[in-house]
Amino acid sequence: MGRIALVEKGWIGGGNTGRNTTIVRSNYLWDEAAHLYEKSLKLWEGLSQELNFNVMFSQRGVMNLGHTLQDMRDIYRRSNANRLNGIDSEILSPAEIKAIVPAMNVSSDTRYPVLGASYQPRGGVARHDAVAWGFARAADARGVDIIQNCEVTGIRQTEGRVTGIETSRGFIGANKVGVVVAGHASVLADMAGFRLPVESHPLQALVSEPLKPVLDTVVMSNAVHGYVTQSDKGELVIGAGIDAYTGYGQRGSVSIIEGNVAAIVELFPVFSRVRMLRQWGGIVDVCPDACPILSKTPVSGLYFNCGWGTGGFKATPGSGWAFAHTIAHDEPHELNAAFSIDRFYSGALIDEHGAAGVAH
Amino acid sequence: MLEIKCPWCGSRDQDEFHYGGEAHIVRPTEPDALDDEQWGDYLFFRKNIKGAHAEQWCHSSGCRRWFNVIRDTVTYSIHGIYRVGEKPSGEKV
Repeated sequence: MGRIALVEKGWIGGGNTGRNTTIVRSNYLWDEAAHLYEKSLKLWEGLSQELNFNVMFSQRGVMNLGHTLQDMRDIYRRSNANRLNGIDSEILSPAEIKAIVPAMNVSSDTRYPVLGASYQPRGGVARHDAVAWGFARAADARGVDIIQNCEVTGIRQTEGRVTGIETSRGFIGANKVGVVVAGHASVLADMAGFRLPVESHPLQALVSEPLKPVLDTVVMSNAVHGYVTQSDKGELVIGAGIDAYTGYGQRGSVSIIEGNVAAIVELFPVFSRVRMLRQWGGIVDVCPDACPILSKTPVSGLYFNCGWGTGGFKATPGSGWAFAHTIAHDEPHELNAAFSIDRFYSGALIDEHGAAGVAH
Repeated sequence: MLEIKCPWCGSRDQDEFHYGGEAHIVRPTEPDALDDEQWGDYLFFRKNIKGAHAEQWCHSSGCRRWFNVIRDTVTYSIHGIYRVGEKPSGEKV
């Protein structure tokens, strides 16, 4: 591809990229999703070297807890599916979990006792801001023009082909336009005259004051509902489900936070007096099947990469890789062919609500 | 925390309610006559408006009735609440 410009409404990394809970993993159930996220994970493994920027990718393992017999059946099924797809996965007993996470309450004297967990050793966390800056620096070094504080206000097309974008700083002509705007996907699609099957919801997160090292892996629980890691600054990074109502306000209701921290304290009684330092929200574009859209659109030359909902950060390198291929070749790669908008007409949905790990 | 005025019970905290998504989506009367694109559109495609959004809420912890709300999805301000079968102004559909 020739001259490339990146147009960002605010500052790079200011949207969901700078607001997520930084978890990276590829332990998804269905083949199509597993392969796409695993492609991304493999790219994460060499990313700091390739970008010449330390993205602080820490492969400290990701644990998904089971609290009921059905949880464990689902975990065994997903773990086996991962292994059949060449993705690392183990099953841990409560004793094995306790050996890795001493601070967790794994006793049977709780309402939802921990019965076991899936564990992906190669999963972990990365520094979200560093990813934005690392990609920006590497893209800039390759001649990409990065234009910040430039809001897209319209998408021009002639006879079904895109011809450029209207922005707050003027018109930019282009015969290929890729749109990756997460929660604002529907707003941009509307400019091009079509709808999407996504709805934008608030997703909140919060961090504690810095603590001495107490948690050196990623712990996620669907049933009790919350997930927690400890950053290199010592902060506990905590998240859970979306607010049920749609919203572009980058904030949600406090009852979501209350439920979230109740779950974390249930799992980690020792955290009950930790002071929380900062709380925020983003806008997540959620698809009916909790899988993304990496697709051509009804407008020729216009490509959309959206619908990642609550789980886009982990897919950052893989998503970009597949999207670049789609734009360059005007056809999806094998890895993203299944994630077309058309699946919502054909019925070929790929249901990853379980593996998403975040209540919708 | 939103405060929502149930048309029957009065103002209550958001947590007494259940969100029901975009309002005024009419179920097709003859699904068999639709093609895949029309049916998929009905099932999955949404306006996802940034701004004044007509949506459904159910007072699940109270009277358990459904009603419609016009809420701004940026400021979360509620502009109007009206019963099913009415317009926001209160007149019957």
